[in-house]
Amino acid sequence: MKKSIPIAVLLGSAIFALSLLSACATVKPYQKNKLNDSEMALSSRTAQKFEQSFQLYREGGSGANGGKSGGGCGCN
Amino acid sequence: MRKIYLHVLLLFLGVLGAHGQIKNKPAAADSSNYQSRKLKLDEINLVSAYYHQNGNNSAVTGGIGTEKLTDFANTIDLQMSKFNKAGKKNTFLFELGVDHYTSASSDKIDPSTISSASMADTRIYPSLNWTQSNEKTGNAFGFTGSFSKEYDYQSLGAGFNLTRLSKDKNTQFDFKLQAFLDTWKVILPIELRPATSGGNGRESRSEGSSPRNSFSTSFSISQVINPKLQALLIIEPAYQKGLLATKYQRDYFTDGSLRAETLPDKRYKLPIAARLNYFATDQVIIRTYYRYFMDNWGIRAHTAEIEVPVKLTSFISLSPFYRYNQQTGTRYFAPYGQHDPSATYFTSDYDLSTLNSDFYGAGIRLAPPHGVFGWQHLNMLELRYGHYSRSTGLVSDIITLNLKVK
Repeated sequence: MKKSIPIAVLLGSAIFALSLLSACATVKPYQKNKLNDSEMALSSRTAQKFEQSFQLYREGGSGANGGKSGGGCGCN
Repeated sequence: MRKIYLHVLLLFLGVLGAHGQIKNKPAAADSSNYQSRKLKLDEINLVSAYYHQNGNNSAVTGGIGTEKLTDFANTIDLQMSKFNKAGKKNTFLFELGVDHYTSASSDKIDPSTISSASMADTRIYPSLNWTQSNEKTGNAFGFTGSFSKEYDYQSLGAGFNLTRLSKDKNTQFDFKLQAFLDTWKVILPIELRPATSGGNGRESRSEGSSPRNSFSTSFSISQVINPKLQALLIIEPAYQKGLLATKYQRDYFTDGSLRAETLPDKRYKLPIAARLNYFATDQVIIRTYYRYFMDNWGIRAHTAEIEVPVKLTSFISLSPFYRYNQQTGTRYFAPYGQHDPSATYFTSDYDLSTLNSDFYGAGIRLAPPHGVFGWQHLNMLELRYGHYSRSTGLVSDIITLNLKVK
Protein backbone atom coordinates (compact mmCIF):
# COMPACT_ATOMS: atom_id res chain seq x y z
CA MET A 1 0.00 0.00 0.00
CA LYS A 2 2.82 2.39 0.90
CA LYS A 3 4.56 1.85 -2.45
CA SER A 4 1.41 2.81 -4.30
CA ILE A 5 1.53 6.40 -2.94
CA PRO A 6 4.45 7.68 -5.09
CA ILE A 7 3.03 5.96 -8.17
CA ALA A 8 -0.39 7.48 -7.50
CA VAL A 9 1.18 10.92 -7.05
CA LEU A 10 3.23 10.64 -10.24
CA LEU A 11 0.23 9.35 -12.15
CA GLY A 12 -1.95 12.12 -10.72
CA SER A 13 0.63 14.74 -11.68
CA ALA A 14 0.88 13.37 -15.20
CA ILE A 15 -2.91 13.38 -15.58
CA PHE A 16 -3.03 16.91 -14.17
CA ALA A 17 -0.36 18.10 -16.64
CA LEU A 18 -2.06 16.41 -19.58
CA SER A 19 -5.47 17.75 -18.64
CA LEU A 20 -3.99 21.27 -18.44
CA LEU A 21 -2.42 20.95 -21.86
CA SER A 22 -5.57 19.57 -23.43
CA ALA A 23 -7.87 22.10 -21.74
CA CYS A 24 -5.94 25.20 -22.71
CA ALA A 25 -6.99 27.62 -25.40
CA THR A 26 -4.56 29.64 -27.50
CA VAL A 27 -4.25 32.94 -25.70
CA LYS A 28 -2.94 35.84 -27.80
CA PRO A 29 -0.50 38.37 -26.31
CA TYR A 30 -3.16 41.11 -26.32
CA GLN A 31 -5.42 38.85 -24.22
CA LYS A 32 -2.81 38.50 -21.47
CA ASN A 33 -3.37 41.73 -19.54
CA LYS A 34 -4.82 39.80 -16.58
CA LEU A 35 -2.19 37.05 -16.77
CA ASN A 36 0.56 39.69 -16.77
CA ASP A 37 -0.72 41.23 -13.55
CA SER A 38 1.99 41.00 -10.89
CA GLU A 39 -0.41 39.17 -8.53
CA MET A 40 -0.74 36.39 -11.13
CA ALA A 41 2.99 35.51 -11.18
CA LEU A 42 3.45 31.74 -10.90
CA SER A 43 6.55 32.10 -8.76
CA SER A 44 6.44 32.63 -5.01
CA ARG A 45 6.32 36.21 -3.83
CA THR A 46 9.72 37.73 -3.07
CA ALA A 47 8.43 38.55 0.41
CA GLN A 48 7.80 34.84 0.99
CA LYS A 49 11.45 33.83 0.81
CA PHE A 50 12.06 34.00 4.56
CA GLU A 51 8.72 32.30 5.36
CA GLN A 52 9.76 29.38 3.15
CA SER A 53 13.20 29.39 4.75
CA PHE A 54 11.87 28.91 8.30
CA GLN A 55 9.36 26.32 7.08
CA LEU A 56 12.30 24.44 5.58
CA TYR A 57 13.91 24.31 9.05
CA ARG A 58 10.75 23.52 11.01
CA GLU A 59 9.37 20.79 8.76
CA GLY A 60 10.94 17.68 7.26
CA GLY A 61 9.54 18.25 3.77
CA SER A 62 10.96 20.94 1.52
CA GLY A 63 11.54 21.91 -2.09
CA ALA A 64 9.45 22.59 -5.21
CA ASN A 65 8.42 26.04 -4.10
CA GLY A 66 11.27 28.10 -5.49
CA GLY A 67 12.90 28.29 -2.07
CA LYS A 68 16.23 26.99 -0.88
CA SER A 69 16.74 23.28 -1.45
CA GLY A 70 20.22 22.92 -0.02
CA GLY A 71 23.23 24.81 1.20
CA GLY A 72 23.55 26.65 4.47
CA CYS A 73 22.81 25.15 7.83
CA GLY A 74 19.42 23.98 8.98
CA CYS A 75 20.42 23.43 12.54
CA ASN A 76 19.30 26.44 14.56
CA MET B 1 -4.43 73.43 -75.90
CA ARG B 2 -1.80 76.07 -75.10
CA LYS B 3 -3.73 76.85 -71.88
CA ILE B 4 -3.51 73.22 -70.85
CA TYR B 5 0.29 73.13 -71.40
CA LEU B 6 0.64 76.36 -69.45
CA HIS B 7 -1.43 74.97 -66.57
CA VAL B 8 0.63 71.76 -66.46
CA LEU B 9 3.85 73.79 -66.55
CA LEU B 10 2.63 76.08 -63.75
CA LEU B 11 1.54 73.09 -61.69
CA PHE B 12 4.95 71.45 -62.19
CA LEU B 13 6.74 74.66 -61.26
CA GLY B 14 4.43 75.05 -58.31
CA VAL B 15 5.28 71.56 -57.07
CA LEU B 16 8.98 72.22 -57.53
CA GLY B 17 8.64 75.53 -55.76
CA ALA B 18 6.77 73.98 -52.87
CA HIS B 19 9.33 71.22 -52.55
CA GLY B 20 12.08 73.79 -52.73
CA GLN B 21 10.76 75.46 -49.57
CA ILE B 22 11.20 72.27 -47.54
CA LYS B 23 14.57 71.90 -45.92
CA ASN B 24 15.57 68.33 -46.60
CA LYS B 25 16.67 66.49 -43.43
CA PRO B 26 18.83 63.38 -43.52
CA ALA B 27 16.74 60.21 -43.18
CA ALA B 28 16.39 59.15 -39.53
CA ALA B 29 18.16 55.92 -38.56
CA ASP B 30 15.91 52.89 -38.00
CA SER B 31 15.37 52.78 -34.28
CA SER B 32 13.06 49.76 -34.14
CA ASN B 33 15.82 47.34 -33.19
CA TYR B 34 17.93 49.73 -31.18
CA GLN B 35 18.90 48.65 -27.65
CA SER B 36 21.28 50.32 -25.26
CA ARG B 37 24.37 48.18 -24.77
CA LYS B 38 25.41 49.77 -21.49
CA LEU B 39 24.99 47.85 -18.25
CA LYS B 40 21.75 49.13 -16.78
CA LEU B 41 20.44 48.76 -13.24
CA ASP B 42 16.91 47.36 -13.66
CA GLU B 43 15.81 47.04 -10.06
CA ILE B 44 16.87 46.62 -6.46
CA ASN B 45 14.96 44.44 -4.02
CA LEU B 46 15.37 44.77 -0.30
CA VAL B 47 13.79 42.12 1.90
CA SER B 48 13.93 42.18 5.70
CA ALA B 49 12.24 39.78 8.06
CA TYR B 50 11.99 39.38 11.80
CA TYR B 51 11.17 35.88 13.03
CA HIS B 52 10.48 34.71 16.56
CA GLN B 53 9.55 31.22 17.76
CA ASN B 54 8.92 29.45 21.03
CA GLY B 55 8.26 25.86 21.96
CA ASN B 56 9.26 23.09 24.32
CA ASN B 57 10.85 20.33 22.25
CA SER B 58 14.45 21.35 21.76
CA ALA B 59 16.45 18.72 19.86
CA VAL B 60 19.67 19.87 21.55
CA THR B 61 18.38 18.60 24.89
CA GLY B 62 16.87 15.43 23.47
CA GLY B 63 13.34 16.65 22.75
CA ILE B 64 12.68 18.71 25.87
CA GLY B 65 13.40 22.32 26.79
CA THR B 66 13.10 25.69 25.16
CA GLU B 67 13.10 26.20 21.43
CA LYS B 68 13.14 30.00 21.78
CA LEU B 69 14.79 31.53 18.76
CA THR B 70 14.91 34.89 17.00
CA ASP B 71 16.21 35.59 13.53
CA PHE B 72 16.68 38.95 11.84
CA ALA B 73 17.19 38.26 8.15
CA ASN B 74 18.00 40.68 5.36
CA THR B 75 18.77 40.41 1.67
CA ILE B 76 19.54 42.95 -0.99
CA ASP B 77 19.52 41.99 -4.62
CA LEU B 78 20.57 44.04 -7.61
CA GLN B 79 19.34 43.13 -11.07
CA MET B 80 21.35 44.58 -13.94
CA SER B 81 21.08 43.95 -17.66
CA LYS B 82 23.00 44.58 -20.84
CA PHE B 83 22.39 43.73 -24.51
CA ASN B 84 25.27 42.23 -26.45
CA LYS B 85 26.05 42.92 -30.12
CA ALA B 86 23.89 39.97 -31.20
CA GLY B 87 20.89 41.48 -29.43
CA LYS B 88 20.86 38.91 -26.60
CA LYS B 89 20.00 40.18 -23.15
CA ASN B 90 22.46 39.43 -20.36
CA THR B 91 20.97 39.72 -16.90
CA PHE B 92 23.11 39.76 -13.77
CA LEU B 93 21.47 39.16 -10.41
CA PHE B 94 23.65 39.79 -7.39
CA GLU B 95 22.27 38.95 -3.99
CA LEU B 96 23.75 39.50 -0.56
CA GLY B 97 22.04 38.04 2.48
CA VAL B 98 22.82 38.50 6.16
CA ASP B 99 20.98 36.63 8.93
CA HIS B 100 21.58 37.21 12.59
CA TYR B 101 20.00 34.71 14.94
CA THR B 102 19.97 33.88 18.62
CA SER B 103 18.98 30.43 19.79
CA ALA B 104 18.40 29.60 23.43
CA SER B 105 18.29 25.85 22.74
CA SER B 106 21.66 25.79 20.99
CA ASP B 107 23.15 27.36 24.09
CA LYS B 108 22.59 24.01 25.79
CA ILE B 109 25.37 22.39 23.74
CA ASP B 110 27.65 23.42 26.55
CA PRO B 111 25.62 25.13 29.30
CA SER B 112 28.74 25.93 31.28
CA THR B 113 30.05 28.38 28.69
CA ILE B 114 28.74 31.90 28.39
CA SER B 115 28.48 31.73 24.62
CA SER B 116 28.36 28.44 22.78
CA ALA B 117 28.51 27.78 19.05
CA SER B 118 25.04 28.82 18.01
CA MET B 119 23.75 30.90 20.89
CA ALA B 120 24.08 33.84 18.54
CA ASP B 121 25.49 33.71 15.07
CA THR B 122 25.55 35.57 11.80
CA ARG B 123 25.24 33.95 8.41
CA ILE B 124 26.45 35.80 5.31
CA TYR B 125 25.52 34.51 1.88
CA PRO B 126 26.33 36.27 -1.40
CA SER B 127 25.34 34.83 -4.79
CA LEU B 128 25.62 35.84 -8.44
CA ASN B 129 23.48 34.63 -11.33
CA TRP B 130 24.13 35.38 -15.01
CA THR B 131 21.35 34.62 -17.47
CA GLN B 132 21.41 35.18 -21.20
CA SER B 133 18.03 35.42 -22.90
CA ASN B 134 16.68 35.89 -26.37
CA GLU B 135 13.89 38.44 -26.00
CA LYS B 136 12.23 37.39 -29.27
CA THR B 137 11.90 33.70 -28.42
CA GLY B 138 11.96 33.94 -24.61
CA ASN B 139 14.53 31.14 -24.41
CA ALA B 140 17.27 31.58 -21.81
CA PHE B 141 20.08 29.88 -19.97
CA GLY B 142 22.25 30.89 -17.04
CA PHE B 143 24.68 29.99 -14.28
CA THR B 144 24.76 30.71 -10.55
CA GLY B 145 27.54 30.72 -8.00
CA SER B 146 26.87 31.07 -4.29
CA PHE B 147 28.60 31.05 -0.93
CA SER B 148 27.36 30.86 2.62
CA LYS B 149 29.29 31.16 5.85
CA GLU B 150 28.46 30.99 9.52
CA TYR B 151 30.46 29.91 12.56
CA ASP B 152 30.23 26.14 12.14
CA TYR B 153 28.98 25.86 8.57
CA GLN B 154 30.28 26.80 5.14
CA SER B 155 28.60 26.21 1.79
CA LEU B 156 29.74 26.57 -1.82
CA GLY B 157 27.02 26.42 -4.46
CA ALA B 158 26.80 26.22 -8.22
CA GLY B 159 23.80 26.08 -10.51
CA PHE B 160 22.61 25.99 -14.11
CA ASN B 161 19.21 27.15 -15.35
CA LEU B 162 17.49 26.75 -18.72
CA THR B 163 14.20 28.21 -19.99
CA ARG B 164 12.38 27.22 -23.20
CA LEU B 165 9.24 29.00 -24.32
CA SER B 166 6.74 27.77 -26.90
CA LYS B 167 6.21 29.82 -30.08
CA ASP B 168 2.90 31.21 -28.83
CA LYS B 169 4.56 31.89 -25.43
CA ASN B 170 1.78 30.05 -23.59
CA THR B 171 3.92 27.13 -22.44
CA GLN B 172 7.20 27.50 -20.58
CA PHE B 173 9.62 24.79 -19.57
CA ASP B 174 12.27 25.45 -16.91
CA PHE B 175 15.14 23.25 -15.87
CA LYS B 176 17.50 23.83 -12.95
CA LEU B 177 20.52 21.95 -11.73
CA GLN B 178 21.99 22.85 -8.34
CA ALA B 179 24.88 21.60 -6.23
CA PHE B 180 25.86 22.72 -2.74
CA LEU B 181 29.18 21.53 -1.36
CA ASP B 182 29.06 22.14 2.37
CA THR B 183 31.46 21.67 5.25
CA TRP B 184 30.17 21.33 8.77
CA LYS B 185 32.24 21.51 11.95
CA VAL B 186 31.36 18.53 14.12
CA ILE B 187 30.43 19.83 17.56
CA LEU B 188 29.37 17.33 20.21
CA PRO B 189 27.40 18.08 23.38
CA ILE B 190 29.81 18.81 26.25
CA GLU B 191 29.29 15.48 28.05
CA LEU B 192 29.97 13.43 24.90
CA ARG B 193 33.27 15.02 23.95
CA PRO B 194 36.45 12.97 24.22
CA ALA B 195 38.68 14.16 27.04
CA THR B 196 41.34 15.26 24.54
CA SER B 197 39.05 17.84 22.95
CA GLY B 198 38.03 19.49 26.20
CA GLY B 199 38.77 23.12 26.86
CA ASN B 200 37.16 26.47 26.82
CA GLY B 201 38.21 27.87 23.43
CA ARG B 202 35.72 27.78 20.57
CA GLU B 203 37.99 25.75 18.29
CA SER B 204 38.57 23.07 20.90
CA ARG B 205 34.87 22.22 20.82
CA SER B 206 35.05 20.96 17.25
CA GLU B 207 35.78 17.30 16.50
CA GLY B 208 36.89 18.17 12.97
CA SER B 209 34.84 18.84 9.88
CA SER B 210 32.51 16.74 7.80
CA PRO B 211 31.09 17.26 4.31
CA ARG B 212 27.41 17.53 3.47
CA ASN B 213 26.73 17.76 -0.23
CA SER B 214 23.35 18.42 -1.80
CA PHE B 215 22.39 17.98 -5.45
CA SER B 216 19.02 18.83 -6.91
CA THR B 217 17.32 19.12 -10.26
CA SER B 218 14.12 20.96 -10.93
CA PHE B 219 11.78 20.44 -13.87
CA SER B 220 8.83 22.75 -14.23
CA ILE B 221 6.23 23.43 -16.86
CA SER B 222 3.91 26.41 -16.80
CA GLN B 223 0.87 26.68 -19.01
CA VAL B 224 -1.55 29.47 -19.87
CA ILE B 225 -4.95 27.79 -19.85
CA ASN B 226 -7.16 30.75 -20.73
CA PRO B 227 -6.95 34.56 -20.35
CA LYS B 228 -7.70 34.25 -16.61
CA LEU B 229 -6.07 30.99 -15.59
CA GLN B 230 -2.55 29.62 -15.58
CA ALA B 231 -0.85 26.66 -13.94
CA LEU B 232 2.58 25.35 -13.02
CA LEU B 233 3.83 21.84 -12.29
CA ILE B 234 7.23 21.30 -10.58
CA ILE B 235 9.17 18.14 -9.83
CA GLU B 236 12.37 18.64 -7.84
CA PRO B 237 14.31 15.46 -7.03
CA ALA B 238 17.18 16.01 -4.60
CA TYR B 239 19.99 13.90 -3.16
CA GLN B 240 22.08 14.63 -0.06
CA LYS B 241 25.19 12.86 1.10
CA GLY B 242 27.49 13.32 4.08
CA LEU B 243 26.82 14.38 7.64
CA LEU B 244 23.04 14.79 7.67
CA ALA B 245 22.65 14.45 11.44
CA THR B 246 23.21 17.41 13.75
CA LYS B 247 25.84 16.00 16.07
CA TYR B 248 25.26 18.41 18.94
CA GLN B 249 21.66 17.21 19.29
CA ARG B 250 21.22 14.66 22.09
CA ASP B 251 19.18 11.44 22.13
CA TYR B 252 18.13 9.67 25.33
CA PHE B 253 17.44 5.91 25.33
CA THR B 254 15.07 3.72 27.32
CA ASP B 255 18.03 2.41 29.36
CA GLY B 256 18.93 5.98 30.39
CA SER B 257 21.97 6.22 28.12
CA LEU B 258 22.75 9.23 25.96
CA ARG B 259 24.18 9.53 22.43
CA ALA B 260 24.59 12.22 19.78
CA GLU B 261 21.99 12.25 17.00
CA THR B 262 22.78 9.73 14.26
CA LEU B 263 21.02 9.58 10.90
CA PRO B 264 21.80 7.87 7.57
CA ASP B 265 24.43 9.63 5.46
CA LYS B 266 22.25 9.59 2.33
CA ARG B 267 18.88 11.15 1.72
CA TYR B 268 16.74 11.16 -1.42
CA LYS B 269 13.88 13.64 -1.62
CA LEU B 270 11.10 13.91 -4.16
CA PRO B 271 8.79 16.93 -3.89
CA ILE B 272 6.09 17.36 -6.53
CA ALA B 273 4.12 20.59 -6.58
CA ALA B 274 1.47 22.41 -8.56
CA ARG B 275 0.33 26.02 -8.66
CA LEU B 276 -2.91 27.33 -10.10
CA ASN B 277 -3.59 31.08 -10.33
CA TYR B 278 -7.00 32.38 -11.29
CA PHE B 279 -8.10 35.95 -11.94
CA ALA B 280 -11.59 35.47 -10.53
CA THR B 281 -12.99 39.00 -10.84
CA ASP B 282 -11.51 42.42 -11.58
CA GLN B 283 -10.74 42.74 -7.85
CA VAL B 284 -10.05 39.17 -6.69
CA ILE B 285 -7.27 36.76 -7.64
CA ILE B 286 -6.96 33.24 -6.27
CA ARG B 287 -3.47 31.80 -5.89
CA THR B 288 -3.22 28.13 -4.90
CA TYR B 289 -0.32 25.76 -4.22
CA TYR B 290 -0.13 22.08 -3.39
CA ARG B 291 2.94 19.91 -2.72
CA TYR B 292 3.48 16.26 -1.98
CA PHE B 293 6.84 15.34 -0.45
CA MET B 294 8.49 11.98 0.10
CA ASP B 295 11.96 10.84 1.08
CA ASN B 296 13.83 7.63 1.91
CA TRP B 297 13.78 8.36 5.67
CA GLY B 298 10.04 7.74 5.65
CA ILE B 299 8.85 11.35 5.71
CA ARG B 300 5.67 11.98 3.74
CA ALA B 301 4.05 15.40 3.64
CA HIS B 302 1.14 17.25 2.08
CA THR B 303 1.26 21.04 1.90
CA ALA B 304 -1.62 23.17 0.63
CA GLU B 305 -1.66 26.92 0.38
CA ILE B 306 -4.22 29.50 -0.69
CA GLU B 307 -3.77 33.23 -1.03
CA VAL B 308 -6.50 35.61 -2.17
CA PRO B 309 -5.16 39.02 -3.23
CA VAL B 310 -7.98 41.57 -3.24
CA LYS B 311 -7.36 44.75 -5.22
CA LEU B 312 -8.65 47.61 -3.08
CA THR B 313 -7.61 49.99 -5.88
CA SER B 314 -5.57 49.43 -9.03
CA PHE B 315 -2.40 49.99 -7.02
CA ILE B 316 -3.17 48.60 -3.56
CA SER B 317 -3.93 44.98 -2.79
CA LEU B 318 -4.56 43.09 0.41
CA SER B 319 -3.64 39.39 0.44
CA PRO B 320 -4.88 37.10 3.20
CA PHE B 321 -3.26 33.64 3.06
CA TYR B 322 -3.49 30.22 4.71
CA ARG B 323 -1.09 27.28 4.54
CA TYR B 324 -1.67 23.80 5.94
CA ASN B 325 1.03 21.17 6.28
CA GLN B 326 0.63 17.61 7.41
CA GLN B 327 3.65 15.36 7.79
CA THR B 328 4.31 11.74 8.70
CA GLY B 329 7.61 11.70 10.57
CA THR B 330 10.78 9.74 9.91
CA ARG B 331 11.03 6.18 11.19
CA TYR B 332 14.13 7.25 13.19
CA PHE B 333 12.23 9.68 15.44
CA ALA B 334 11.36 9.02 19.08
CA PRO B 335 10.64 11.49 21.90
CA TYR B 336 12.86 12.07 24.95
CA GLY B 337 13.96 8.83 26.64
CA GLN B 338 12.09 6.53 24.26
CA HIS B 339 14.80 5.39 21.84
CA ASP B 340 15.60 1.70 21.61
CA PRO B 341 19.27 1.21 22.66
CA SER B 342 19.76 -1.21 19.74
CA ALA B 343 18.72 1.38 17.11
CA THR B 344 21.30 2.34 14.47
CA TYR B 345 19.74 5.69 13.63
CA PHE B 346 17.91 7.99 16.04
CA THR B 347 16.72 11.55 16.39
CA SER B 348 14.53 13.49 18.82
CA ASP B 349 14.29 16.45 16.47
CA TYR B 350 10.58 17.33 16.36
CA ASP B 351 11.05 18.96 12.93
CA LEU B 352 11.26 15.37 11.65
CA SER B 353 8.34 14.02 13.70
CA THR B 354 4.72 13.40 12.73
CA LEU B 355 3.00 16.78 12.87
CA ASN B 356 0.61 19.19 11.28
CA SER B 357 0.88 22.95 11.11
CA ASP B 358 -1.17 26.01 10.25
CA PHE B 359 0.29 29.23 8.92
CA TYR B 360 -1.95 32.20 8.29
CA GLY B 361 -1.68 35.94 7.92
CA ALA B 362 -1.96 38.75 5.42
CA GLY B 363 0.10 41.02 3.25
CA ILE B 364 -0.44 44.49 1.85
CA ARG B 365 1.12 45.57 -1.42
CA LEU B 366 1.42 49.14 -2.69
CA ALA B 367 2.60 49.86 -6.23
CA PRO B 368 1.33 53.31 -7.30
CA PRO B 369 2.45 54.61 -10.72
CA HIS B 370 4.20 57.66 -9.26
CA GLY B 371 6.04 55.69 -6.57
CA VAL B 372 5.21 54.68 -3.01
CA PHE B 373 4.67 57.74 -0.77
CA GLY B 374 5.35 59.84 -3.88
CA TRP B 375 8.97 58.62 -4.11
CA GLN B 376 9.37 58.02 -7.83
CA HIS B 377 12.02 55.31 -7.52
CA LEU B 378 10.27 53.34 -4.77
CA ASN B 379 8.28 51.17 -7.16
CA MET B 380 6.68 48.73 -4.72
CA LEU B 381 6.26 48.09 -1.00
CA GLU B 382 4.96 44.85 0.43
CA LEU B 383 4.47 44.09 4.11
CA ARG B 384 3.49 40.59 5.30
CA TYR B 385 2.72 39.08 8.66
CA GLY B 386 2.24 35.40 9.38
CA HIS B 387 1.51 33.30 12.47
CA TYR B 388 2.59 29.66 12.59
CA SER B 389 1.40 27.01 15.00
CA ARG B 390 2.45 23.38 15.04
CA SER B 391 0.73 20.41 16.65
CA THR B 392 3.90 19.82 18.73
CA GLY B 393 3.28 23.12 20.55
CA LEU B 394 5.76 25.27 18.64
CA VAL B 395 4.46 28.72 17.71
CA SER B 396 6.12 31.47 15.72
CA ASP B 397 5.52 34.84 14.11
CA ILE B 398 7.21 36.42 11.12
CA ILE B 399 6.97 39.91 9.71
CA THR B 400 8.51 40.69 6.32
CA LEU B 401 9.08 43.92 4.41
CA ASN B 402 9.92 43.96 0.71
CA LEU B 403 10.89 47.19 -1.05
CA LYS B 404 11.48 47.37 -4.78
CA VAL B 405 13.46 50.30 -6.16
CA LYS B 406 13.55 50.97 -9.90
